[in-house]
Amino acid sequence: MTKASTRRGFMIGAGAAIVTLRALPVQATPESMKAAINAAFGDAAIQEGKVTVTLPPISENGNSVGLTVEVDCAMTEADHVRSIHVFSEQNPLPDVARYHLNARSGRARLTTRIRLADSQAIVAVATMSDGTLWSGSAKSIVALSACVDLI
Amino acid sequence: MTKIRLAVPETAKAGEVIEIKTLIAHPMETGFRRDAVGKAIPRDIITDFACLYNGEEVFRAAFQPAVAANPYLTFFTTAMDSGELVFVWTDQHGNTYTDTASITVE
Repeated sequence: MTKASTRRGFMIGAGAAIVTLRALPVQATPESMKAAINAAFGDAAIQEGKVTVTLPPISENGNSVGLTVEVDCAMTEADHVRSIHVFSEQNPLPDVARYHLNARSGRARLTTRIRLADSQAIVAVATMSDGTLWSGSAKSIVALSACVDLI
Repeated sequence: MTKIRLAVPETAKAGEVIEIKTLIAHPMETGFRRDAVGKAIPRDIITDFACLYNGEEVFRAAFQPAVAANPYLTFFTTAMDSGELVFVWTDQHGNTYTDTASITVE
């Protein structure tokens, strides 16, 4: 009896230890994403619209998720996208990537592959040539998270 | 030798908007992972990318660890003159990886 409970106690302890070891170091939250957006743009007003973010609704593997960002813009000398910043709600770091475009880009669309640590929304903020900021977002449900796998 | 894959149209009409596809083989180690004995694996990522068209920068990007391994990126630019597109990736140690593609504008 004593032996059994000792063993059970050990197993519970070992289980807890594994859970602790596997825990992520830190995780960005919607709040830290807001802080990162504030750090990038200050308190300038960001309007929703013009930016279309495309993610698969369900990502089987968070280590490589296709991301497309497109901004509805004529891309002329007078009216073009200067930059696109991509932010994550749940990754260890809220910043994902920044892209710089210009009037010569012709089309404000880019495709890449990113890591998702958990099911979350990805937000893209576009800075236009007139200085206005526009944002869009998309959500993806992640089956297998990035960042937690061991070698 | 780092493997780089580029897809750039060989010919284009003047003023045509062309799609450019790029990929570089790189682990993009996040710095958040641990190995089998619990030791942290140090971060090792590509931080910057630039595309120069006949010497003029037409596209630039900055990557964080959230960019997946073997960074793949497609974007657009306008074909102006025949010449050379130079693609430069820079890692966090300052090493650069470069490849070029030529384009004929009719």
